[in-house]
Amino acid sequence: MFPPLPNPSTTQTAPRFSEKDLIRRSASTVPAPEQQLTEVAKLIDVSKCIGCKACQTACIEWNDTHPEVGVFAGAFENPPDLTPDMFTLMRYSEWDNPETNELEWLIRKDGCMHCAAPGCLKACPAPGAIVQYSNGIVDFVHENCIGCGYCIKGCPFNIPRISKVDHTAYKCTLCSDRVAVGQGPACAKACPTQAIVFGTKDEMKGWAAKRVEDLKSRGFANAGLYDPPGVGGTHVMYVLHHADQPELYSGLPKDPRISPLVEAWKGVTKYAGLTVLGVAAGVGLLHHLIMGPNRVTEADEEHAEELTEGDSHARR
Amino acid sequence: MPADDLKPNEQIHPGKPVIVDRYTVGARINHWITAASLILLALSGLAMFHPSLFFLSRLFGGGQFTRFIHPWIGVVLFFSFLGLFLRFWKANLWRRDDGTWLARFRDVLANHEDNVPEVGKYNAGQKLVFWSMSVLIVILISSGLVAWDQYFSQYTTIDQKRVAILVHSIAAVVIIGVWIVHFYSAIWVRGTISAMTRGRVTGGWAWRHHRKWLRELVTRSSKGTGSSGSKPAE
Repeated sequence: MFPPLPNPSTTQTAPRFSEKDLIRRSASTVPAPEQQLTEVAKLIDVSKCIGCKACQTACIEWNDTHPEVGVFAGAFENPPDLTPDMFTLMRYSEWDNPETNELEWLIRKDGCMHCAAPGCLKACPAPGAIVQYSNGIVDFVHENCIGCGYCIKGCPFNIPRISKVDHTAYKCTLCSDRVAVGQGPACAKACPTQAIVFGTKDEMKGWAAKRVEDLKSRGFANAGLYDPPGVGGTHVMYVLHHADQPELYSGLPKDPRISPLVEAWKGVTKYAGLTVLGVAAGVGLLHHLIMGPNRVTEADEEHAEELTEGDSHARR
Repeated sequence: MPADDLKPNEQIHPGKPVIVDRYTVGARINHWITAASLILLALSGLAMFHPSLFFLSRLFGGGQFTRFIHPWIGVVLFFSFLGLFLRFWKANLWRRDDGTWLARFRDVLANHEDNVPEVGKYNAGQKLVFWSMSVLIVILISSGLVAWDQYFSQYTTIDQKRVAILVHSIAAVVIIGVWIVHFYSAIWVRGTISAMTRGRVTGGWAWRHHRKWLRELVTRSSKGTGSSGSKPAE
């Protein structure tokens, strides 16, 4: 068993990280932080998950969201998808393993992966609406959010959701407010089987290695850790029994990365676009300075008068 | 036979100088609604396009309102431009002379218009601006609808939205470029702006830049208005 985080003391403590620890801030630059915090991570061991949804409940409670009471959609998922009020969601898939001829129930807790290279932050046009701390937490700052939905386009995991109430984007915060005072995320606290554990990223990798080893000894030859390098690694990681086929787990992307379309939009288009417009305006200015205005001359007016005169004479 | 780029409102008023009616009140109002929309769209769009231009969102009362109002202004622009399109498309059809005009564009830039063919109501450059605007506005409204998450997010996939937003940004850059050409030409060619403010230009302006159009108007008034016969009194 991974040693659970102790309950917090009742004495007031200063937050462990703050704005001074930002390594990225959307649509703006931040000075490099003085100190590098220890990277944290949440490890979700899919093989230990029993699908009880305690994590979802804890998430709703801690974040004080009020999801609408839904309707039964014929599946275990409830609600059927992530919403602005449901930052994490158990996704259930049933898979016939062709090798063993056995039905496997693959349950994955979906939510923000807290990428080291976050696509949401790259796409965000509002200064300071998305921030990344040096401990790896990617957080949305709602007072700066303009509700454009660019983060949705930037995210390789289809996580952020825009609220129809306040028109800002919501997702898992990795319980940044709890982590700031030395606690773990609410979902990890509530998980009855330790399928969710929380600690430093190194600790989690070490713990995952043991879990993978255990799974392999039980016949899951392809068990492994999901920490996709395409997004620089993530601060929410999975232990998967079939790490070679992450798609089995309700479409977990095999090699997630920021879409090249988003890279082009936020890269070359942004810079080349403004350059082109600047050049166009400059060329206009230059042309005016060199060639001068194109003025109508007296002779032009006289020609016009002759033309119309001739016409009125003809008419009389 | 009047050429199909002539409109009934385009009348010649002899005098010193000669005055030629170019745009009706309706066309001018239509134009300025479009112009205002395009400028507001450019400002609010650029605010969301590049972080260093985000400050422009303050003109619209902050980022949230910029995000909200931008697509609505786009809808206004679309219908407003549709009005302009219906008014002007005929006069902007491409003609043989336009190719020659374009081939001698250096002379135009050098203010030597005598070397280019006589121009009807619109020259090749104006026609290119017109058609670029038309095509780009269709691209912008359709890609814009896909990216309009507040109302239409459920109808497209995220990948389609990614394509849409990239296309939208590129088209926006191009249309602002076309607008720069349009705006600069109106300043560079003196005497042009009164066409869109008071609706009229001088005969000299028409002779210099749109001689064929002027000749056609003169021909029409010498033949056509014979029946109504009310013109000379002016």
